[in-house]
Amino acid sequence: MLEVRNLHAKIGDKEILKGINLVINDGETHAIMGPNGSGKSTLSAVLVGNPLYEVTEGEAWFNGKNLLEMAPEDRAHEGLFLSFQYPVEIPGVSMTNFMKAAINEKRKYQGLAPMNAAEFLKLMREKRKVVDLDSKLANRSVNEGFSGGEKKRNEIFQMAMLEPKLSILDETDSGLDVDAMRIVAEGVNKLQTPETSCIVITHYDRLLEMIRPQHVHVLYKGRIVKTGGPELAGQIQEHGYDWIKEEIGEE
Amino acid sequence: MSSEQQYIDLYRQARQMICDHSSDRMNAERDAAFEHFAAAGFPSRKVERYKYTDIPALFAPDYGLNLNRLDIPTDPYRAFRCDVPNLSTSLYFVVNDAFYAKAMPNVHLPEGVTIGSLREHAPRCYNQLAGRSDDAVTSLNTMLAQDGLYVHVAKGVKADRAIQVINILRSDVDLMVNRRVLIDVEEGAELKMLFCDHAADDRHFLATQVIEAFVDRNASLDLYCLEETHYKSVRVSSVYIDQQADSRVNHNVITLHNGVTRNRLDLNLSGEGAECQCYGCVIADKQQHVDNNTLITHKAPHCTSSELYKYVLDDRATGAFAGRVLVEQGAQKTVSQMTNQNLTATREARMYTQPMLEIYADDVKCAHGSTVGQLNDAALFYMRQRGITQAEARMLLQNAFINEVIDKMQLEPLRDRLHHLVEKRFRGELNKCEGCKLCK
Repeated sequence: MLEVRNLHAKIGDKEILKGINLVINDGETHAIMGPNGSGKSTLSAVLVGNPLYEVTEGEAWFNGKNLLEMAPEDRAHEGLFLSFQYPVEIPGVSMTNFMKAAINEKRKYQGLAPMNAAEFLKLMREKRKVVDLDSKLANRSVNEGFSGGEKKRNEIFQMAMLEPKLSILDETDSGLDVDAMRIVAEGVNKLQTPETSCIVITHYDRLLEMIRPQHVHVLYKGRIVKTGGPELAGQIQEHGYDWIKEEIGEE
Repeated sequence: MSSEQQYIDLYRQARQMICDHSSDRMNAERDAAFEHFAAAGFPSRKVERYKYTDIPALFAPDYGLNLNRLDIPTDPYRAFRCDVPNLSTSLYFVVNDAFYAKAMPNVHLPEGVTIGSLREHAPRCYNQLAGRSDDAVTSLNTMLAQDGLYVHVAKGVKADRAIQVINILRSDVDLMVNRRVLIDVEEGAELKMLFCDHAADDRHFLATQVIEAFVDRNASLDLYCLEETHYKSVRVSSVYIDQQADSRVNHNVITLHNGVTRNRLDLNLSGEGAECQCYGCVIADKQQHVDNNTLITHKAPHCTSSELYKYVLDDRATGAFAGRVLVEQGAQKTVSQMTNQNLTATREARMYTQPMLEIYADDVKCAHGSTVGQLNDAALFYMRQRGITQAEARMLLQNAFINEVIDKMQLEPLRDRLHHLVEKRFRGELNKCEGCKLCK
């Protein structure tokens, strides 16, 4: 699915990623944890092609295609999805028009005709159920006036609509209460198939108890310094990151 | 030779010809207007209200004038095959400056609604608003205008169907047109007017336009001016509106495609409890220039005015908005709100904005503000991550921006049509005037 080799990236003059290596196979769920400022969000931003970041070294291959050479929209068309840590409000653009544009652009990329209106509305209705999203929200402008929880649910709704191959959830649990987190996690689980993969970026193991990853990576100072099984998340929850810093010879 | 000299010479030489093809009522205003124009000359950019548009330069080229009123062969009904029922309007044509009366539309206007040639109707109130203006371009129009459009709605009559007038610039040579409109809405009457400006020929056009509107007590006027001309068109429009007590005016100006456009609006809230809403929507690219200049004068207490003008400027387009609200002494309990918001899509696009408030009363609520900015990068990227191409994402965001003002427009079929036209405009599919897009 995804193979990242020795990835370096900077924002302005500040180097943030200093050689990331990561392999994700079909059907796998990986968690990426790490202290604040370690580069987790940067990694996700670089993978989806955020123009604010510059890749200085390394490669990223997505289902055999060179990810770093593709425009952000083409990465999306190839099946890459990011659930934003801070979903953007877009006043004046309705959720319906937004989703219709996204779906039809993807279909165009795949050489398919645009979806007809009835089909599209049916799909919206169906996918809303995945995260229990209010139909009223679908008529509003994108994320405008949504609560924190609604925004995150809206991200997963969009994920359901677009059916990506690889989803990156960037702190989708932040700002969510227990019930909302459960809805989001259940939504994500429903969308997982043996052909799709997921990267979950989080600080806490609560979400990981619900979305069970097979692999947990610890990102620190722009590198993956430790990789383990699901138990690693629990250890971090209990002991913090200091013991890992010690392991790699840092205070 | 200065720009004004050719018009001064023209008037001196052709005065008789101009008068012969007009009416006594219009001729009666001519000499005074000439005196004023000859004395004042064209306003340079040092004149505050003309700071952003170089009027002398626009009037310098040598345009032809059709002072002899030669018949220009055209059949607007054929040229503009209109699907009228869609808009539910009564449709009329003005070709250059003349009311096209050869084939009146087969529509039934309510009794008490008159529409026709200004020259023939010769109303007494002609030039009673514009004549008080110190604007030299208005004087030029008064001195040269030979005909125009007259609309009158008698006391208490409500014309619920909008009257649509299509102004066509039609000529085989470069042409100057001086168009005149007089609207008289009597007490308690209601009128909705939609003007669509088009240029039918690939010629340079210079059109001056003066619209005078009298809105009597408790009357209501909705005025929509939509311009869809081409890059060889220059339009200098001046709208003068006087509102009596408890009247309501809704003034909308939409520039979808043009060359150089200057729109002036002078609106007087003369009677207590009058209310006006002014909306402007501008989309310009390449080297287009659009300058909206408004002056709303609160002369009486308890009046309300609001303005919202939005611009999207692309390429090397320039836009200007200068709005002034003047609250006169004694105009207590005035409520006024002015907003101008602009998107500049490139580094080369320029927007000049100047919201002004001048208040001589002490119990008023007035606000004004303006913004100039770019599309939100975070929103653009968010959309691209969802697979929406950069171009489509920009289009959606620009559309969203401009729709805020279109949604304020009350003529529903126009609003729906505008949503569609604006989207086409942003997609670059509205590159030249192909006749009345409203009707196709």
